[in-house]
Amino acid sequence: MIVRELVLLGDGRTDLATHLARYGPLPATIDRAALLRDVDGAGLTGRGGAAYPAARKIAAVARNAARTRRDPLVIGNGTEGEPAIDKDKTLMTRSPHLVLDGAQIAALLTGAPAAVIVVHPRALGAMKHAAAERAGGPVRLSVRRAADGFVAGEATATACWVARGASTPTGTPPRLSEHGPAGVPTLVQNVETLAHLALIARYGPAWFRSAGTPSEPGSMLVTITGAVRAPGVREIGIGMPVRHVLEQADGPSAPLRALLLGGYSGAWANAAEAMGLPLSAAGLADLGAAPGAGLVAALPADACGLQETARLARYLARQSAGQCGPCVFGLDAIATEVSRIADGRGGGIALLTRWLGQVDGRGACSHTSGAARLIRSALRVFGDDLADHAAGRCAVSPGVIR
Amino acid sequence: MTARLRVDYITCGGRGICAELLPELISGDDWGFPIVTGESVPPRLLGDARVTARACPLLALRLEPHTPSGTP
Amino acid sequence: MSTQVPWFVSRGSGLALLAAFSMVQVLGVAARLGDGPRRWPRSVTGELHRTLALFCVAFLVLHVATAIADPYVTIGWAAAAIPFASPYRTAAIGLGTLAADLGGAVLITSLLRQRLGYRAWRAVHWLSVLAWPAAFVHSLTAGNDMSIWWVALITWGCAVIVATALGARALAGVAR
Repeated sequence: MIVRELVLLGDGRTDLATHLARYGPLPATIDRAALLRDVDGAGLTGRGGAAYPAARKIAAVARNAARTRRDPLVIGNGTEGEPAIDKDKTLMTRSPHLVLDGAQIAALLTGAPAAVIVVHPRALGAMKHAAAERAGGPVRLSVRRAADGFVAGEATATACWVARGASTPTGTPPRLSEHGPAGVPTLVQNVETLAHLALIARYGPAWFRSAGTPSEPGSMLVTITGAVRAPGVREIGIGMPVRHVLEQADGPSAPLRALLLGGYSGAWANAAEAMGLPLSAAGLADLGAAPGAGLVAALPADACGLQETARLARYLARQSAGQCGPCVFGLDAIATEVSRIADGRGGGIALLTRWLGQVDGRGACSHTSGAARLIRSALRVFGDDLADHAAGRCAVSPGVIR
Repeated sequence: MTARLRVDYITCGGRGICAELLPELISGDDWGFPIVTGESVPPRLLGDARVTARACPLLALRLEPHTPSGTP
Repeated sequence: MSTQVPWFVSRGSGLALLAAFSMVQVLGVAARLGDGPRRWPRSVTGELHRTLALFCVAFLVLHVATAIADPYVTIGWAAAAIPFASPYRTAAIGLGTLAADLGGAVLITSLLRQRLGYRAWRAVHWLSVLAWPAAFVHSLTAGNDMSIWWVALITWGCAVIVATALGARALAGVAR
């Protein structure tokens, strides 16, 4: 597998002139149909976590916009509501023009006169500065601050934030591509996806495909964190073995017990089992995990996985948008139960499993499904600890049992 | 026509009338909110499903044509 | 004697209508707030509310038609729909027409509920709170039967149960 040059993250200079010198200009004229075919041929999928084929989504919005004769709304999603993930902030801070190029292309492909990039506060300065450098371009690009909160980055929540100033998921139907909160066909694309779009427009689908695997082509940004020597954001070809991914962060800083893959609503994987596997959807499928939004968090062997999971469960419960009964009540009950298990205060696995089954897939967004996935994976990966905790002790990290 | 029952969980207030009227397809979770079992409504229950959807005080239960696709 | 039939039917149906309409108000609040007796399915309260409301329509038609057909007073057919169009006891009859109009709006929006959507339906449904007091004052002022002890008993009884129900609703707040 030839790994082409990984170019998403710039060298620190973010002005327009450096950007153009580094990547070259966008093609002067762009044939919409041809470029859309290229994006489809490249196999670009969303880098926000759901990995939906970008060309299909863009085509749907373009089609619905033409059919309803309305200008579609194009939104670049740089909210990055996940506390542990930094890749979008890093991308926007180091390559803001690449993101703006991508937004411009997305607007062109859907027939929109403008695009809005919703940006995490820490990257807002860089993005606003870059947008100002391009004022007067073919597409009106505006940058606005993202809302706070984990769920704020969900696609419909981001669209609702732009349309109405409320960052709560709206639920589908109707689908965003048909009728978003602003009343028009809406495209919400993660900022990393937009950056890839900008590169495909320049270098073509074959270039894009020269990284990654045939079924999951391209590169992706990962946030490597936890018990590693040099945590941070790196660009990797999809399918790189997990061991090598960790080496991008100078390797583990301690013997590892488990990895949290994807995001807070991703899944735990046993470190030994995961090490040799490719970081790809296909590679991780057997472990019930996926690359997701690119989180690779290393849990050292002396940390209690159940305690970590309880902390995550409480966070996810608190972050509910508060709109749907199963989420508001269910995640709260689940978090309480997981905490009891983690604290060695009893807690019923059967009851927990029952509730996980009840909340999964119910609600206006997939917040409950993500939480269910995370906690189920914890019960699997840290299953050996459950008996200890039930007896009121933790073999791994004795201090956690109060 | 294949139809399915869909709950709008944002609007749903967990009042439980739907589960009362159509226990064959709707049960309540531990917090009183409806769980719809099965993908589509069996033809013999279509009439009951229609009545149940109309009976929801918040109009949170909808009977819709079932389109099994995967676009976002 | 036969010319008095419309008059008697109008008075009788008016009282029955007030009683039924009052029950509709109480059931409406109960459907929203209450759980009902343990063995009473919750769906029944709502269904009863709706069914009784439709009965009210029947009583209303009878009440209005006989009142206007009554040869002893001139109310005029316009007063069936237009408030304060009756030369006879203009204000009193007018309040009755108003109550009927408001009730009519609630009825129509309820029949078209699924097409209108919940929020639009709910906004109009609040008009029912205005319809009842209008109907009540109408019943006190448009007829002469309050001197009959059991008419007064039923009338004030209706006032008590509706005031209780609406009071409970107000206390529960507009939340959720």
